[in-house]
Amino acid sequence: MKQILIGLWVACAASAILASGLAFADPVDEQLSIDGKEMIVRAKAPQGHPFDEVLSGWLFRTPETRALEADGFDNPGNLSVQDGETLWNKVDGSAGKSCASCHGNAAESMKGIGANYPKWDEKTKKPINIELQINRCRTEQMGAEAYEFDKAGQKQLTTYVRSQALGTPVSVDLAKGEMQKWWDMGKDLYYTRTGQLNLSCANCHEDSIGKMIRADHLSQGQTNGFPTYRLGDGLVSTHGRFRGCIRDTRAVIPKAFSDELMALEVYVAWRGTGLSVETPSVRQ
Amino acid sequence: MNLNRRQTLGLSAAAAVVVAAGLRVSPALATTEDADKRIMEFTGGKAPGTGKISLTAPEIAENGNTVPITVSVESAMAGDDLVQSVMILADGNPNPAVATFHFSELSGAASATTRMRLAKTQNVIAVALMKDGSAFMDKKQVKVTIGGCGG
Amino acid sequence: MAQSKPRVKVPKTAAAGEVVTLKTLISHEMESGQRKDKDGNLIPRKIINKFSCEFNGVKVFECDIDPSISANPYFEFSAKVNESGTFKLTWVDDDGTVTTDEQKIEVK
Repeated sequence: MKQILIGLWVACAASAILASGLAFADPVDEQLSIDGKEMIVRAKAPQGHPFDEVLSGWLFRTPETRALEADGFDNPGNLSVQDGETLWNKVDGSAGKSCASCHGNAAESMKGIGANYPKWDEKTKKPINIELQINRCRTEQMGAEAYEFDKAGQKQLTTYVRSQALGTPVSVDLAKGEMQKWWDMGKDLYYTRTGQLNLSCANCHEDSIGKMIRADHLSQGQTNGFPTYRLGDGLVSTHGRFRGCIRDTRAVIPKAFSDELMALEVYVAWRGTGLSVETPSVRQ
Repeated sequence: MNLNRRQTLGLSAAAAVVVAAGLRVSPALATTEDADKRIMEFTGGKAPGTGKISLTAPEIAENGNTVPITVSVESAMAGDDLVQSVMILADGNPNPAVATFHFSELSGAASATTRMRLAKTQNVIAVALMKDGSAFMDKKQVKVTIGGCGG
Repeated sequence: MAQSKPRVKVPKTAAAGEVVTLKTLISHEMESGQRKDKDGNLIPRKIINKFSCEFNGVKVFECDIDPSISANPYFEFSAKVNESGTFKLTWVDDDGTVTTDEQKIEVK
């Protein structure tokens, strides 16, 4: 009787160890090639970075998910790139223009620029991202209405523009204007615990990399692949993701494009310095 | 009556065997009752055998909303050696029906890939119906963890 | 946003008798009919319920689709080509909308 009980306890303990083993996994050691184009998924971190190496979220995904991103046709995010291209060429607003009217062929005019946003904007004395730049063009050049956050074609057009930088290493210019000040603000926010769950970005994306948070395998939380195609939600924007994470700490959620989220975007973009733009990436 | 631990475990094991034996399809291919019914309807009452058909699905789904699966049936796809249809079921979904592929001689090969939704950990089942009326089945369990962050 | 154009990948050329692979992807929510809105009401089902492929007017492959197929339905399948011609892909929505796409292939 006693022997059987001991046996049962051993079996339970073994399965518990096995279960906890699944609760941690290293990122894979693999190369990402999208339609033959080599992507940088591991890069030496810049000076003053908490890590030695910056890692793409792609390395933390299952083999099936990684395969979806490696093939340009299989990647469901490219449906949005197609939609974005339609919008690029669509005349909208009182000036009778489309994006193409001024910027011609996006593959040329937008090549690589997606790797350098957010940028310093002299006009507003704040950082500006691709979404806000698109809205500026719409209101000031096209006589069209600004896109509301995540509405109309904002995500698709942003994806189309940023995808023209596929492969280009992320590099944000902190020397311009007061970008450094916004970087400092973003860094502060990154390490501040918020919400009922009292979690900071760093608690997951720095302290707990490789662990599971419910069904998600925690990565460094980089933005090099945004807007991204999430297998559950479809196309998700950077500020959409920030807001979702903050919502899940059960905190008051900052508005999209607010000063806090712009500062956070600057800082998080810098944390991914050197990684290739993967937009649209495929994530869980 | 007071059961000790050994007796309780013994009873549960016996009960599990009884439940499994009650299913119409052979115990090795046991699925839910609803899935069983649909399989029998599809094959015209014939219990499918194993072999010939192969279902590829991930062991663990990264996200239950988009799970890639491939089904492939060994067949010359010519003359009498022809796959008519392959039915895919998910025995734990609110509605087990997923899709039915219909092939032809112009298919060249009886294989197809798609992406499906899984509400929870369950079996994905593929049943092939051949031109000569024979049927084959493959089944894979896919683990689905629910919940994550953001979005 | 208007319905976007389906994506179809077919080789441009093939040898006579070769079995080629076709890949198709179309933008569609595939509303299963299981989800509820903020007020707790069931969102009605609206999916693409049928996909088919013809070559030079002859059926090659067909798929009856149920709500367990993911959003942005993806299908990959084979076709044996004996002559040059046109593939016609068709997607049918629950509401009756039919979307089609054509792809030519040259067979030597």
